[in-house]
Amino acid sequence: MENLRYELSTTTPAGGTRAVALVGVVASGNLEVLLERGEAPDRCVIDIATPAHGFADLWQAVTADFAARSAAGGLRITVNDGGARPDTVALRLAQGVRLMEKPE
Amino acid sequence: MRPADILSSLFPAGHQVGEAGGLLSGTGRLDPQTVVDIVGITGKTYPGVDEALALAGRILAIAERPDPAPLLFLVDSGSQRMSRRDELMGLSETLAHLAKALWQAERAGHRTIGLLYGGSAAGAFIATALACGSLVALPGAWPEVMDLPSMARVTKLSVEVLTEKAGTTPVFAPGLDNLFATGAIAEIWDPARPLSDQLKALLATPATADGRAELGRERGGRLKAATIAQEVERLALAHG
Amino acid sequence: MTSPTPLPRSWYEESARGRLAHLLDAGSFTEFLGPERRELSPHLALFNLPRQFDDGIIVGAGALAGKPVLVAAQEGRFMGGAIGEVHGAKLTGLLHAARQLKRDVVILFDTGGVRLQEANAGELAISEIIRATLDARAEGVRMVGLLGGRAGCYGGGSLIAGCCSALVISEQGRLSVSGPEVIETNKGVEEFDSRDRALVWRTMGGKHRYLIGGVDLFVGDDVAAFRAGAVAALERPALLDPAALASEQGRLERRLARFGDATDGTEVWARLGLPHPAALPDLDTSAFLTLANTQRESADAAR
Repeated sequence: MENLRYELSTTTPAGGTRAVALVGVVASGNLEVLLERGEAPDRCVIDIATPAHGFADLWQAVTADFAARSAAGGLRITVNDGGARPDTVALRLAQGVRLMEKPE
Repeated sequence: MRPADILSSLFPAGHQVGEAGGLLSGTGRLDPQTVVDIVGITGKTYPGVDEALALAGRILAIAERPDPAPLLFLVDSGSQRMSRRDELMGLSETLAHLAKALWQAERAGHRTIGLLYGGSAAGAFIATALACGSLVALPGAWPEVMDLPSMARVTKLSVEVLTEKAGTTPVFAPGLDNLFATGAIAEIWDPARPLSDQLKALLATPATADGRAELGRERGGRLKAATIAQEVERLALAHG
Repeated sequence: MTSPTPLPRSWYEESARGRLAHLLDAGSFTEFLGPERRELSPHLALFNLPRQFDDGIIVGAGALAGKPVLVAAQEGRFMGGAIGEVHGAKLTGLLHAARQLKRDVVILFDTGGVRLQEANAGELAISEIIRATLDARAEGVRMVGLLGGRAGCYGGGSLIAGCCSALVISEQGRLSVSGPEVIETNKGVEEFDSRDRALVWRTMGGKHRYLIGGVDLFVGDDVAAFRAGAVAALERPALLDPAALASEQGRLERRLARFGDATDGTEVWARLGLPHPAALPDLDTSAFLTLANTQRESADAAR
């Protein structure tokens, strides 16, 4: 397993009041994303556990893009990866942020 | 040890045990006051619907008797019989029914003691040895959930790699020591001493609730199960 | 104005969390030891396998048609819903609470059985779950199993299901100890061709299980139908006592006497007196139920 951490600057704080959200499942080509609050409103921390070694550059690019475009400020995000492609990762991260904005 | 030697050592005052179709049935005299009912599966038999129902029928008949005679279940089996017919007839129901029969006997006041002296695996292990109120084993017993070659196929790891990993944890590899460490087996008996004494000692201890998770934690083979179960129980009770 | 009929939503395709959300009364669910608690498997890392925060099972409390229940839902897409140490212990703990609270339990099965990477812990967990189930049932707790997930209900999972007081199944639900691939690997393709999907359904699928009385309710592959089925199953007799076990012994012996030499599901269904048994797999839910309910074997309280 490879463990990666990205501490990212964000432009927009996360919306909503939900404390925790979970999207996705850990399966082949899929991943789960757990979102929690507790970081400063201008940053987002993403921890990733992945069985696929050597993809740090790709994760760096996907998470940087996510932080720049999403209302992710203040979020602590933890990812359990089952070997997902970058587009699936981006989709789940976006779903997670939307779920955080919804009432419980 | 072979079944005949085991029975002689357990019941020096005499026993009558018959074997048919891989199943054992009979009684043994532990001492002048104590008769023990004996059932068993022997010769690496793979129990299917017929064997499971036959065993359950005998065990339920014992459970219905008002006396408190202990029930000894000798186990040397394969895994469940793997066939189209057994699944067509509902093997999951019959194996579950066998586990229920053993539970009922224990509940009705007959101590159920599983004695694992050979193999057992997978669904057969769950419905026989593991379904007894207390499970003991003799050295040389070989319980396994799945054999390493089959496990190698499923996990896509070589037997060598699996064997190496098995050296660091008792949690997945077959064998008596590993199952003992997880808490599945209460005692490993000493074949050099009379088994009758060891059975008497076990029967002298009171029957208890399922303490296998605690045992696994104490022995270091299953560190999280007891804590997790207790925490969920606590949260559920607090929720009301 | 008529209210719109809700579109069917496949139980089979839903995730475990999705199934729970639609099964329970809206807003009634509380999870115990949820993903934020991060109780992951301590064993999968040894095999360089990814872990899941809930270890593939969600346990908690909720309400079904206003009635409080405890629930457990397995996620068949994570490791095939397989039962490991943490996964199993979560269910055991829930059942211990059910006995003390005398609270009914609904289990959403979706499992291939024991998780091989933690086989000994998983096998023992199943034995503990069975004992906890029977102890709870002896107190009158109802234990309802729902069978319609992707991974089916195999191995030790099928033995847990066999200890439930009532089972609800869809056509897609498969209930069996040895799965098709396991039988084929061990006994050869002549014994079981695992790629023959029709054979799989005829041998261990929902319709066959319903016809021989292996389960109590048959529903369509729809979350609303499973909800209605669970509500109905919670009304069924549940007490596990010597009389129930004697009845089950008799019921299973009669099944073997009546069908024991049959070699295929269609032969069993023909002996039940069902017309055109070969056509049964093609019938839709309501046509199947109309036919099946005239001739099927029923377990009643013998479970």
